[in-house]
Parts: sequence; C-alpha cells; structure tokens
Amino acid sequence: MIPELGNFALILAFLLSILLSVIPMAGAERGNLLWINLARPLTAGVFVFLSISLLILGYSFVADDFSVQFVANHSNTMLPIYYKITAVWGGHEGSFLFWTWMLGGWMLAVCIFSKAMPDEFVARVLSVMGMLCVGYILFMLATSNPFDRVLPLSPEDGADLNAALQDFAFIIHPPSLYMGYVGFSVVFAFAIAALISGRLDAAWARWCRPWANAAWAILTLGLSLGSWWAYYELGWGGWWAWDPVENPPMITWLLGAAMIHSLAATEKRGVFKSWTVLLAIMAFASSLLGTFITRSGLLTSVHAFATDPTRGVYILVFLALIIGASLILYAVRAPSLRSEFGFGSLSREVFLLSNNLILVVASAAILLGTLYPIVYQAMTGGELISVGPPYFNAIFFPLMAILAALMAVGPISRWKKTSPEHLRTQLAKVAIAAVVLGVLIPVLLTLELPLGVIATTILAFWIIFSMLKDIRSKIANKPTIVAGLRSLPLSYLGMTLAHFGFVITMAGACLSSIYSIERSVLLQAGESTDLGAYNFRFEGTRPVQGPNFIADEAVVVVSRGGEFYKNLYPQKRLYTASGTPTSHMGIDGRFLRDLFTTLGDQRENGAWSMTVYVKPFVRWVWIGTIFIAFGGILAASDKRYRQFKVKQAQKLARMAGPVADNSKTSPAMTSGMDTGGSGA
Amino acid sequence: MNLSMRLFVVTLIFMFLTVVKPGKAHAQIDVFDFETPEQEQRYRQLSNDFRCPMCQNANLSSSPGGVASDLRREIYRMIMEGQTDAQIEEFMLARYGDFILYRPRLTAKTLLLWFGPLVFLLAGVWVARNIIRNSGVKKSNHNRAEAGAPINQDTYAVADIVISDEERKRLNRLLAEHDDSAHNQDNTGR
Repeated sequence: MIPELGNFALILAFLLSILLSVIPMAGAERGNLLWINLARPLTAGVFVFLSISLLILGYSFVADDFSVQFVANHSNTMLPIYYKITAVWGGHEGSFLFWTWMLGGWMLAVCIFSKAMPDEFVARVLSVMGMLCVGYILFMLATSNPFDRVLPLSPEDGADLNAALQDFAFIIHPPSLYMGYVGFSVVFAFAIAALISGRLDAAWARWCRPWANAAWAILTLGLSLGSWWAYYELGWGGWWAWDPVENPPMITWLLGAAMIHSLAATEKRGVFKSWTVLLAIMAFASSLLGTFITRSGLLTSVHAFATDPTRGVYILVFLALIIGASLILYAVRAPSLRSEFGFGSLSREVFLLSNNLILVVASAAILLGTLYPIVYQAMTGGELISVGPPYFNAIFFPLMAILAALMAVGPISRWKKTSPEHLRTQLAKVAIAAVVLGVLIPVLLTLELPLGVIATTILAFWIIFSMLKDIRSKIANKPTIVAGLRSLPLSYLGMTLAHFGFVITMAGACLSSIYSIERSVLLQAGESTDLGAYNFRFEGTRPVQGPNFIADEAVVVVSRGGEFYKNLYPQKRLYTASGTPTSHMGIDGRFLRDLFTTLGDQRENGAWSMTVYVKPFVRWVWIGTIFIAFGGILAASDKRYRQFKVKQAQKLARMAGPVADNSKTSPAMTSGMDTGGSGA
Repeated sequence: MNLSMRLFVVTLIFMFLTVVKPGKAHAQIDVFDFETPEQEQRYRQLSNDFRCPMCQNANLSSSPGGVASDLRREIYRMIMEGQTDAQIEEFMLARYGDFILYRPRLTAKTLLLWFGPLVFLLAGVWVARNIIRNSGVKKSNHNRAEAGAPINQDTYAVADIVISDEERKRLNRLLAEHDDSAHNQDNTGR
C-alpha cells in the first residue's frame, strides 16, 4: 500500500508540473497577474509531492520491502542502514527520482531567492523548469517507475547493492554531482526565459551569475569526489580515465566554466550576450547527455538497460525536443541580442573571449573523441576503433597549458582597453620571477633537468605571482593587509581562490603523473619490497568480518630509512549476498605524497600478489578542486547580487533593453545620456 | 531515413545503454620479474595503452578478463625478448585490429579525430578575431560620428557608447519623462 502512495505522489507531482509549465508562462505572456503568481505555489506543490515520493522510496528500503522491484534489486537485509537509505540512488529508477527531486529543490530555491527579480520573469523561469520536470516524471512513469512491484511472488531477500557502491563516497558523490548537474537547468531556464521575454541585460546577468557560479561550484565538488572515489576504490592507481562515463560531466564542467566567465563580461560590460545564452543552452544539453550516460542505473544494471530500448528512445526524443526547441528559439531571438559596446583588441574582454575559446575547443574535442568510435563504426560499416586516455591527454593538456598562461594576464588586464605598457609593467617582473624560480627550484631539488616539472612550476608561479601582484596593487592604499583584503569584493576573492585552486590541481595532476611509481610483487609473509624511499614488509593476512562481507586483511609494515613509519591494511573483500570480490586499498595520504597498497590474490604457494604505489602530490588534485569550488561559492554569495532591490528591478524592467545595460556602469550612462541630449 | 543513418542512431542508442565504468573494483595484479626498470615502465605503459578486447571499456592493466591477462603475459614475453614498442603494437594490431589501440592510428579515417581539435581551435580563433575586429569597427564608427567633438581619450565611456537613432529618441523620451532633479544629477560634473 505504501509504495502505491509514493507512486500516487509522483503522479500528483506530474500533474502539478504540467500546470506549472503552462499557466505561469501564459500568464507572463498575457500579463495575467493571477496566473503569474501561481508559479511559486505550484512549484512548492511539485517539490512537496516529489519529496513525499522520495521519502516513501527511502522508507521502502529501510523497511526491506522486497515486493518493490527496485528495492529487491538494490538492497539486502544485511545491508547497513546508511547504505539502505542511500541505495535510493544506487540504481537507475531511484537515482532518477532523486535527480528529479533535486530539480524540484533547485526550483524551490529559485522561488525563495528570487525576491529581487520581477515576478513575470520568475514565472517564466519556473515554467521552463516545470517543463523539464514534466519530461523527467513522464520518463519515470512510462519506462522506469521505482515503485513497480513484484507481486504476488516477492523475493525473500534482495540482490544487494553493487559492492563497488558500498563506500562512504557513494553517500556524498552522487548527491553533489546531481546537484551540480541539475543546477545547470536553472541557468538554462534563465536563458530560455530571457530569450522568450527578449530581455537580456546586465540585470539578467546579475540575477543569473550566482546560480551559474553555485551550480558550477557544486559540480566541481561532485566531479572531484567522483575522481577521488575512483582513485581509492577502484584501485588502479589513477584518478581520471577519460571514460565515456566521465567525459560528459567534464564537458559540462568546461562549458560551465566558459559560461561563468562569459557571464562576467555580459554583466560588467554588456558584451557576449548571445554567446552567453548559447553556452547556457550547450552546458545544459551536455548535462542532459551526461545524465543519461552517468546515472548509476547504467553502471549497475547493464542488462536491464540493454533489454529495454524504449528508455533509450525516450531519452533521445526528449533530448532532441528540448535542445531542438531551445536552439530554434535561440536562432529566432539571438540576432536581437547584439552587444552595444565595443572593446579594444587588447582588453579583458579579449582575454575572456580567449578563455571561452579554449574551454569550448577542449569540450568539443572531448565530445569528438567520445563520439568518434560510434561515428567511425557507422561510416565504415561496422569497423571498431577505440579512443582513450592517450588521445585525450594529447589534446587536453596543451590546451590547459595555454589556458594557464592566459590566466595570469586576464585578471590583471582592464575592461575595454589595456595598454601593452600596462601589461608590461604589471607582468615583467612576474614573468622573470616565475621563470627563475620555476627553473631553479626543480633543478635544485632533483639535480636533474625535468622539463615537464619545470614547465609546470613556471606556469604555477606565473599565475600565483600575477595574482599576488594584482591583490597588492588593489590593497596598496589600505592601512593594513587585513583591512585591504577585507575591502576586496567577494566575487574578486572567489575568482582568485578558484584560480589558485586551478594552479594546485594542475600542479598535482602534472607532478603526480610524472613522479608516481609502482611495483607489483608476490610476497610470502615476512618478505618485503622497496619502492622509492620506502620499504613495505608483508606480515601476513588475517580474516575480517564486515557487516555484509568477509575479507582477508593484509598487514603491511611501512618503514623509511630503516625506521618504522606506519602500518597499512589493504583488504580483499567478498560481499556475501552478491558474491562479488572487491579490493579495499590501504592508503596513507599525506600532503606531499600518498602511499597506496592493493592486495591481489593468494597463489598456490601461499604468497600474495600485491601492488604498492608511491604517488607524490596526488592529493593536490582534489585539494585544488576544493579551492575552486569554494571560490565559486564565495563569488556566488557576493552581496552585490542581492542588493538589487525590487524597485530598481521594476524600474529597469520598464526601461528594458540596452538602456538598462548602463545601470551598473553609471559614468557610461551619464555620458550616454549626454550624447543623446546633445543630439536632440 | 537511410541505412547508415539508422545504423548511426541505433549505435548511439546502444552506446547510451551499454556504457559501464572501467576497472572492476577488483584490482588486477600480475607479478613479473623485469631486468631493468625501463622494461617495467614499458610494460606498464603498454598495458595501459591497449584496450581489453573483451571488455566494455577497460585497458589491459585494469581488466579482470582472462584474455587481458593472457595479453599482459604476451606483452611481458615480447618485452623480455627484446621487441620494440612498435613491434608489439604491430602484433596486437594484426591480431585484434584497431579496436585494441587506445591511441588510434593516424589514417585517412581518423584524420578528423586527430586534426578536428586543431580545426576547432583555428575556426574559433578566426571567429574570435572577427568579433574583436567588429567590435573595433563599432568603436571607430562611433568615433567618426563623434568627430568634431573633443574626446578625452581617458574617458573610455564617452568614446565607446554606441546607440542607434531609434534608441536615442527613446532615451530622450525617457529623459523627458524624468524630473529635472534626475536630469541634473546625470549632468553633474559637467
């Protein structure tokens, strides 16, 4: 009975979202205040019923209701309670409900944090999101209902959650990834609402920016968690595989990064308007593409998917409809979005344009590499080809190097026009210091000439010194450094932090790939192996009993220079319900390096196979992303975006169009008016 | 819809349906004795760059399959026999075709793959150049329109505002609607 209530709540949410996608939109079109004002209550209704639905699914898991097909496939009585709850997103149907609920959550957030925006604009935004909701819920009801039952012959016990998913990261990675992903539909809705209303000005960009920043920052965290998880759970020693599953989120992330930079130019200078909108549409399209590839259902129940082509067809049709309609709308409306302002051939606008160029080319290249095998197969009549990490690295790293080189120059340049002299005076010393230290430090530390390392350190110092220089000149006239830093706007601090994070991640990625070492060995109890400065001695294994698995746990004694350093305990687990063997790594993570051990199998002679790794700087990859995400959140929380009062907004709404663009740049507006006046 | 188109759509759907994450959670460990660290390095590199022919998407070093394990042993044997990377790649290619190479060979059919990104970049640079140039034109047109009026080069704002006649009319109308105080405020500093 209770699962049926969940199903019923889902249907109610579906009906409400149909109303939401029609009534407020029509109201905004016809100026009907009553219809416009229905947007917020309807959104709240959709969210409430989605929440009920999700809670009931969670309850079915906790109550071990194996008559629900989805629960039977993804849970087990032995499963610990926290995995029972999170198993809600451990498979296709439940993760899709969770995804849709996230969309509902973002919609509710738009309701709450949109007091500064005109009601009719909010109505349009919520309507567009309502349409997405209709599509998602219909998909669930038609092809993958999480509340489907197995009656009357319900299984005694469930098939258990995929063993690889039974990990702490599974509790936090999917929610953050989904939240970031779904956040892009807010920006998409803003873009579509702007296209429909024909209103795309500085005010629009200002409303949009915090949402774009927040969604992107959360996606950064989600991706980073996924990478960290793959690193310590899958045990292949790497943290990014350029897999077709990983590439779409990466594409979304890159397009999102391009979009927040382009939005900055749109807000501050009124340029790149139509480009920003196109990026918002593309980022959302890629998130939709990624959704359907990444959602855990594809990862855990391959067979269930392969036997049900209706889902794939529905997805493609939905994608085509949404993206097609958006692009048509864009084609019709974009010509009216011309920029009203010029900029010099050397200006911050140009650097932001270069940033966008590189990020978009990188994402296009990744998409090309991801889809090429399919196109190739179709074109050659069935020949197979693989495109993997060697290809993606060869394309991606040079592009990122260019991006890094420009990252030092962009923030220090000025809007509209920068003189070459300005850049020269600002950056000459920075360049010299970066090159000198970038060469000296690696050479002195290693007594070699490691070119890859030198290139990395030069780029890192180049960005960091330029950042410090910029901050110093910005706070030069403040009494103390603290007072100076406090006077900087949050959006600027956010940008600086995010760029700093990029440097850390870049350094971590390059240095760890250069310096990582590993060795696979066969060890009897008592034997040891050396790797780098460390000695790993295998003391033997002991049996361990987990809540739903049994394991052999190895005791590995690590010593350095003959002195005891630490014990590591890699495990080889067997999940009893599903019979899946997994490896559980023994990791010692430090700021400067990770020690990483994997336990393999026991051979006939009693020896165990084992791989040990020393991975310098690998942690920096994830530490950097924390800075990036925090920077994004900081920028999103800048008061500037909230100070925009309703009154001003309405005034601007009346004035509309290009004139409103000038509201921020008041000197420009005054002089513009002067020009107008004198012309009359 | 012709045949190749239909094939394309079907494969596209199929791709969505069958993609799985690489590397089963169970790590693959082979223990081989190498004579030099270079050999070991080459072994790791090669088994990372070849794809397991029987798996969804995993390289030889992370694939649990028996075929992958056989091929890893094969790579080890060939390295110890003193064969070069190119020879090993040739062997793999002859046996399993292009599918096994994660780094696709440069052929007529992969030209687009390898040079596509460069084409994207060049096209992008060209577009960006046009945008920047147009932006400059916008500016200089306006400067011409302003010819005669003295322009202080430091106040970019004056030099760079471009509005059409229609907008100018509308602006005047809006200004007229505003009261004098607002207008005076706008003119402060003159």
